[in-house]
Amino acid sequence: MDAHAHASVGHAELEIPYNVHPRPDTGLYNGKLGVWLFLASEVMLFGALFSSLILLRTGAESWPRGYEFLNVKLATFNTFILILSSVTVVMAWSHLRLGNLKKGRVYISATVLCALIFLTAKGFEYSHEFQEGRFPKTNNFLAIYFTMTGLHGLHILGGVIVFLYFLGPGAKMWAKEPERYTNRIEIVGLYWHFVDLVWIFLFPILYLM
Amino acid sequence: MALRRQIRVGSQWMYADEAHKALREALRVMEDEKLADAHGGHHLPWIRRYVFSTDHKWIGIQYGVTALVFLLLGFCLMILMRLQLGWPGQAFSIMKVLGESRAPGGVLLPEAYNQLGAMHGTIMIFLGIVPLAVGAFGNYLVPLQIGAPDMAFPKLNMASYWCYFPGGLLMLASFLAPGGTAQSGWTSYPPLSVIASQGQTWWLVGMVFLITSSLLGSVNFIVTIIQLRAKGLSYMRFPFFVHAQFVTSFLLLLAFPPLEAAAVLQLMDRVAGTSFFLPSGLVVSGQALANAGGGNPLLWQHLFWFLAHPEVYVLILPAMGIVAEIIANNTRKPLWGYKSMVFATVFLGFMSFVVWAHHMFLTGMGTTISAFFQTTTMIISIPSVIILSSLFISLWGGAIRFNTPMMFALAFLPMFGIGGLTGLPLGLAATDIHLHDTYYVIGHFHYVVAPGTIFAMFAGIYYWFPKATGRKLNEFWGKVHFWISFVCINGIFFPMFAQGLAGVSRRLYDGGMQYAHAKQIASQTNPFMSICAIGLLAAQVPFIFNFFYNAIAAAAGRRDEGLGSNPWHATTLEWAATTSPPLAHGNFEVLPVVYRGPYEYSVPGETAEFIPQHTPATEPAPRGGALLPATAVAMREN
Amino acid sequence: MTDPAAAVEPGVDIHEHAGIGDPNAHHHSPEQIRREMKVYLAVFAGLAVLTALTVGACYGLNLPVHQAIIVALIIASVKGFLVAGFFMHLLSEKKVIYGILILTVIFFIFLMTLPISHHANPFGS
Repeated sequence: MDAHAHASVGHAELEIPYNVHPRPDTGLYNGKLGVWLFLASEVMLFGALFSSLILLRTGAESWPRGYEFLNVKLATFNTFILILSSVTVVMAWSHLRLGNLKKGRVYISATVLCALIFLTAKGFEYSHEFQEGRFPKTNNFLAIYFTMTGLHGLHILGGVIVFLYFLGPGAKMWAKEPERYTNRIEIVGLYWHFVDLVWIFLFPILYLM
Repeated sequence: MALRRQIRVGSQWMYADEAHKALREALRVMEDEKLADAHGGHHLPWIRRYVFSTDHKWIGIQYGVTALVFLLLGFCLMILMRLQLGWPGQAFSIMKVLGESRAPGGVLLPEAYNQLGAMHGTIMIFLGIVPLAVGAFGNYLVPLQIGAPDMAFPKLNMASYWCYFPGGLLMLASFLAPGGTAQSGWTSYPPLSVIASQGQTWWLVGMVFLITSSLLGSVNFIVTIIQLRAKGLSYMRFPFFVHAQFVTSFLLLLAFPPLEAAAVLQLMDRVAGTSFFLPSGLVVSGQALANAGGGNPLLWQHLFWFLAHPEVYVLILPAMGIVAEIIANNTRKPLWGYKSMVFATVFLGFMSFVVWAHHMFLTGMGTTISAFFQTTTMIISIPSVIILSSLFISLWGGAIRFNTPMMFALAFLPMFGIGGLTGLPLGLAATDIHLHDTYYVIGHFHYVVAPGTIFAMFAGIYYWFPKATGRKLNEFWGKVHFWISFVCINGIFFPMFAQGLAGVSRRLYDGGMQYAHAKQIASQTNPFMSICAIGLLAAQVPFIFNFFYNAIAAAAGRRDEGLGSNPWHATTLEWAATTSPPLAHGNFEVLPVVYRGPYEYSVPGETAEFIPQHTPATEPAPRGGALLPATAVAMREN
Repeated sequence: MTDPAAAVEPGVDIHEHAGIGDPNAHHHSPEQIRREMKVYLAVFAGLAVLTALTVGACYGLNLPVHQAIIVALIIASVKGFLVAGFFMHLLSEKKVIYGILILTVIFFIFLMTLPISHHANPFGS
C-alpha cells in the first residue's frame, strides 16, 4: 500500500484490502466471508451434538419425551423471544444502513434485552430441574439436554458480550468509519441469526418429542 | 595499472569505490527508516512487535520455533519409550527425569509408558506438526505467495497463536497432575479415558484450546486466499503449496468441530458424571460404576475419527505442497500434471470426510457398512497416487540440483510411497483383522508422517530459511543431517512391518516380550530399532546448531550479502519480496500483479532461464540469459 | 484492485451512495431498505405462527413420537429457511457462500447418517 493511503487514514495498523468494500469478483468483504466460514464450523459443532443425540436415543432402552418434565410453556416463550431478537438485530442493521445510529443502538439494545430475558428464563428452567433432582448425570436425555442447551446458552452469552462491546467502546467506529461499523453489526447479526436457527431445531427436538 | 582513487570522508581517507558503496548503504538504511515513518509505523513497543505481533511473518516464526521445540520434546518422550522397548525392565539413569512415581530406580513403569505413549502422539500431531505445517509455513508463506500485505485478519492470527501456546503449555502441565498425564492413547477411547486420572481432564481442556486455535486459523487462511490474492492471480496460477493450504484449511474448519463437541461430552462424563460414553453395567476393579449408563463408547470413536481422518490429510497436504515447490525449483522445469494435482487435492479433501470408519473395522461392523467404508478408502488412494506420481514424473528430464532441501524432498517421495502402500491392507477389512492395532499400523503411519511429512518440513526449513533471514543454512551439515536421519529413520520404522505381520500388538510397554508368538521377533528387532532412534536423535544435533547459529547471526545483522533476495532463482511471488520483509509494513512496496503461471522455468523460446510470476507477458525477456530479470513493476530489491 | 483507504465522511456519503454499508455491492436506496424492513416483519409473523403450530401439533395434539419427529422437523426446516433466507440474506448471497454452505451440508449429512448406519448394520446382521 502506498504511503499516501496510510497518511490519510493515520492508522499505525496495516491496511488490509476489502475489509470494508467488497472485492469485485467475489462480491464480498472479508468479514462477511469470515463469519460464514465460522458459521459453517458451528454447523458441524452442533451437528455433532445432534448426531450424538440420534445415536444415544436409538440405542437407548427407554427415552423420555421432553415435556414429561421440561417446561414447554417457558421454552415456547423463549422461542418467541429469540425470534424477536433476530428481528430487532436485522432492524438495527437496516437503520444503520439508513445512517441512523440512534435507532440502530435502540434496536441493538432491544436485542441484548431479549437475549438476557432468554438467559434468565433458562436460569429458572435449570434451577427448577436441579430442585427436582434432575441433573445431567441422572440419565442420558437430561445429559444431552443440559449439554446442548448449555452450549447454546454460552453462544448467546458470547453474542451479548459482542453486542455490548459495539454499544459501548466499539461505537467509536461509527464516527470515523460508519460503513465499517454497519458491516460489523451485519456480521454479528449473522452469528445471532445462526444462534436463533440452532434453537429453532433444538426446541422441538428436546422439548416436544 | 590505474591507481584506485582515494577520497577523504571526514577525518578518514577511504578508497573512493568503498566510500561510494558505504554511502549507498547509508542512503538505503535512511530510506528504510523514512519509509517506515511514512507508513505511520512509529516503532511499536517490543511487546507488540515480538510477543503480541499481528504480522503473519513473525507469527509464522513464533509458530515455527514453538512447534520445533514441541517436536523435539515429543521425540525425547519417544526416546525414553524406545529405551524401554529395546531393553524392557532395565534401569536407565535418564529415566529418573520422570520422577520416582513413574520410574522408580530408573525403571519405567507400565503406567508411565502409557503416559509417554499418549503424550508422544498428542504432542507430535497437535503441538508439533500441524502448527509447523500450517501455522508456521502456512502463515509465513501464503500471504507472500499470493501477493498480499498480510493475512485478512491479523489480530485473529495473533489470537490463534496465543490460543495454541497456552494450550500446549497446559498439555505439558498435565504431566504434573496427580496420577500423571493422559494415558489412554492419543485417541482417548472411553471407558478407559473416562475413568482415568485427572491428567486426562487437563488433556481435554488443552485440546479445546488447540482446536479453537486451528479453527480461527483456518477461517483466516480461507478468507486470505480467496479475497487477498493479487491481481492476475487466478486459482490455476497458484503455487501448488497454496492449493494444499487452501484444502487443508477446509479440512480443519469442518472436521475439527465434532472433536470439540466430543471433548465437551467426555469432559461432561468425567466432571459432571454423565454417561455419554459409558455403557450400563460397567465394573471397574470389582466395583460397579455408580453412573446412569446407557451410553455408547462407539459414539466417541465416530466423533473422534470424523476429525482424525481428515487430520491425517492435514498432516500430509502442506508437506506435499512444500515438496512440490522444491521439486519444481530444483529441476528447473514446471511440475508435471499441475492441473491433475490440483483436482486430486480437492477430491482428496472431499473424500477424507467419508472414510473415517476404516479405523473402526473391528468394532462389530456389519458387512454392508464395512463394504461402504472399504470402497471409499480404496477410492481415496487414487488422488494420493496421482499427486505422488506427478511429483515423480516431474523429475524426468529435469536439471536436478542436489542441494539439501532437494535431498529431503526427493526422500519424501519413496518414503510417502511406502507409507501409502502399506495403508492398503489396513483399508481392506479382511487384512485389517490381522493387522489392526499391531506394529504394522505404527509403521504405516510413521512412514507417512516421519520420513514423509517431517522430512518435507526440514526441506522447507532449508529452502525458505534464506527468505526469512538472509542466510543459507550450512550445506555440509545439512547433508550430514539428511543422510544420518534417512538411514536411522528407516532403521526404526521398517522392522515394524515385520513385527506387525508377526502379531506384535501396539501399546505394549515391553514391546511384545510377554507374548510367546511375539517374543522372538521383538527381541531381534527392538534393540536395533532403539539404537537407530538414538542415532536419529544424534542426527538432529547438527541441524539444531545449524539452525540457531545462523538464525542468531541473522538476527545480529550478519546477512550473506551475496545471496540476494532470490538465492534459489525461483519464480513464485514470495521471492519477489525483499529478504526478511520488514514486520508490520506489508510485504511489498507495491502489491505485485501476476501475469504468469507459477513454474515458468526453462520456458521454450525464452532466453531467460526462469521468469517470475509477476513479470509482464509483453516485456521482452532479458537478453543473455540473465538470471534476475528486471521487472516492469517496481519491486524493491534488497 | 485495492481500495483507497479513504475515511468515509458520514454526511457526504449519504448523498453520494444512498444507503451506507451495503455489502452486496449494489447500493440499496432508502426505499428499498424500508421495503426490506416490512419483509422482516412479515417473516417474524410467519415464524411466530409456525412456532405456535409446532407446539400445537406435537404437544397439544400429543402425536406419537415418530410422527412428531417428522412434523416438527418439517416445520423447523421451514422456519430455518425463513431465518436463513431473509434475515441472513442467503436468498441473495454470493456464489462463494453458497459453495461453502453446500459443502458443509454434505458433510453434515455424512455426520448425521453414517454413525447411525453403523449401528443399523451390526456384525452378524
